[in-house]
Amino acid sequence: MAEAAVQVDHVTKRFRLYSERNQSLKAAALKLRRARFEEFTALDDVSFDVPEGSTFGLVGANGSGKSTLLKCIARILLPNSGTILTQGTVASLLELGSGFHPELTGRENVYLNASIMRIPRREIDARFPAIVEFAGIGKFIDEPVRMYSSGMYVRLGFAVATHLDPDILLIDEVIAVGDAEFQDRCLEKFAEFRRRGRTVIVASHALGLVESLCDEVKRLDHGRLVEVDDSPGPDQPLPEESPGTDTASIVTGLDVLDRHGFCVTDVRTGEPVTLRLHYETPAPIERPVLSLELHTPTGVCAFSQHSRDADLVPRVLLGSGSVDLSIPRLALQAGLYEVRAAVLDDSLRTVHAARSFGFRLRVSNDSLSESVGLAVLGGRWGNPMQDQTAGGLHDEHEDGTAGGSGSEVRA
Amino acid sequence: MTGIRRTVVTIHPAGPWGGPSALRELLASRELLGNLTLRELRSKYRGTALGQGWSLLHPIALLAIYAVVFSQILRVRPAVGSPSGLHSFVLWLATGLLPFLFFSTVVTQGMGSLVGNANLIKKVYFPREAIVLATATACLVTFLIEYTVLHVAVGLAGAAISPARLLVTLLLVALLFLFGTGLALIGSVLNVFFRDLQHLLTLVMMAWLYATPVIYPIALVRAELGADSTGFEIYSMNPMAGFVESFRDLVYDGRMPDFLMVGYLALVTAMVLVIGHVLFRALEGSLAEEL
Repeated sequence: MAEAAVQVDHVTKRFRLYSERNQSLKAAALKLRRARFEEFTALDDVSFDVPEGSTFGLVGANGSGKSTLLKCIARILLPNSGTILTQGTVASLLELGSGFHPELTGRENVYLNASIMRIPRREIDARFPAIVEFAGIGKFIDEPVRMYSSGMYVRLGFAVATHLDPDILLIDEVIAVGDAEFQDRCLEKFAEFRRRGRTVIVASHALGLVESLCDEVKRLDHGRLVEVDDSPGPDQPLPEESPGTDTASIVTGLDVLDRHGFCVTDVRTGEPVTLRLHYETPAPIERPVLSLELHTPTGVCAFSQHSRDADLVPRVLLGSGSVDLSIPRLALQAGLYEVRAAVLDDSLRTVHAARSFGFRLRVSNDSLSESVGLAVLGGRWGNPMQDQTAGGLHDEHEDGTAGGSGSEVRA
Repeated sequence: MTGIRRTVVTIHPAGPWGGPSALRELLASRELLGNLTLRELRSKYRGTALGQGWSLLHPIALLAIYAVVFSQILRVRPAVGSPSGLHSFVLWLATGLLPFLFFSTVVTQGMGSLVGNANLIKKVYFPREAIVLATATACLVTFLIEYTVLHVAVGLAGAAISPARLLVTLLLVALLFLFGTGLALIGSVLNVFFRDLQHLLTLVMMAWLYATPVIYPIALVRAELGADSTGFEIYSMNPMAGFVESFRDLVYDGRMPDFLMVGYLALVTAMVLVIGHVLFRALEGSLAEEL
């Protein structure tokens, strides 16, 4: 058993929620007290160990406390009680471009961030070319970072954090940003990190991606740690399930089929695809509504459809079987898509089963005519057509006649 | 691990006093301090036509204005420097005004530095004092340039410059730097909680300037209040009065300062630093939340 790189021991973090914030002496003097506030417990007695060399995932909905926890580990926030022990250097990538100063150039920011991590200058000199190379920002490295696009910001941030070679790397949602190619390079970098025995902690609300990366996943729910099945398979129930139902056993599997009905993992943009849901239910489910959703790694829902909207409500679902959702032309941009499925009742109020299949759909796109965005719409540009009226007015001016008179008559 | 000493960090709820580990940590971030200072110096004047020239223009303009108003219109007549024999209102004014401006920028900019660097504080950990210290150090660099120019001017005007006095001057500069930094530490954390403190500070600094014998000779106050009066004693408690008078002694008059006064200044500086450090440590933990 490896030594723990990070030990989180009964950590509780409370925030003050101010009903009316007064951040001024004037207001404080007038009211003779600081603002009244309510306490909000963001982390409630959280304890866990992250073994050295492991990749650890923290999942949870927005506001579940995962970012707070990362910030506590990064020493940005101090817990109200409990202790955190970290062994080794820690680098954190929290939100876009951690700690960049907008007025400074990329180069200066790299050195600044390095010195924050107490890495001597000569070491950075040696690693500098690799950082620029990985970030792929070329000559922009000598421009102030306020000129950077958000993509460049993220790439440089990731490049710096990973190339400074920390013992522990904390990442919050960031890999989800950037294009598919950069995501691939990030995943590669993670693998390299692992091989070198570094510890990585990733927080995300996209369970599927985290799970495919991590040795161990813990889920945070309203500041409390909830156990997630320790055997990391791609199929995990989503947190939105209704209590009391043995949900995982209803939607039992998912197949991605190409036009010939073969199981595939990769689909090209514009090709037909069929998503086949397998179900098994010992108790009859009356008038079930099936739902399928495709989510990007950033958590954006790219597609969602209920079978009820498509006028399919079977009378009853019983035993085992499968349901197909056929998509004639997959109009999605290249990338990884998380597939989520659910079985609801026909009022859509009760969820019989809901689960994520992880990032099971991988879309690739050969066409370069549309390479950014979420959808590939097959757009076509026409030739420029000069506006007739504008041209006509111009002519009239040249003739020396009053420009407006013609249109007035027409009006 | 194979012989490599790894940094083990225990993160626990904020305590009031960081202890020696806090200072050790600050010392370990020397390089960061250097980089932050450089950043401060670079970003302050980047994108302005005069660049670094601005930092010199401000004191020169103030000197010119005060010189015209106080020597030509209000007829302030400081005593001839003894033993240096200097007789120049501008040089006399500069020896006191430059240190005061240095002090006032350290406090003003240091106070706003945490709020100004919220972006950095909320995203990465490093000893937060480094930001205040770097801002103050950047001011120190500018001040050292100004004061070197002043020394050259004093030398050209005919005063003898002695290495012993230069050494004491440097010591006083260090004291003034620490005094200003201590106040900046206090101000910077308070400013995070009360954002309008910055406006108040501008007023305080203006009042402080006039409560200090910078633009008028201390002899005028002594004559008005009486040298042994309680009023004059209270007036002299102002550490800035001590600093300005000591700088005048050293640079303008060309003599050693009153060492009892220097001792008093050192004591006040030590007190301010300790209060600043303790207050900063106590509130440091909640900075990322409050910003």
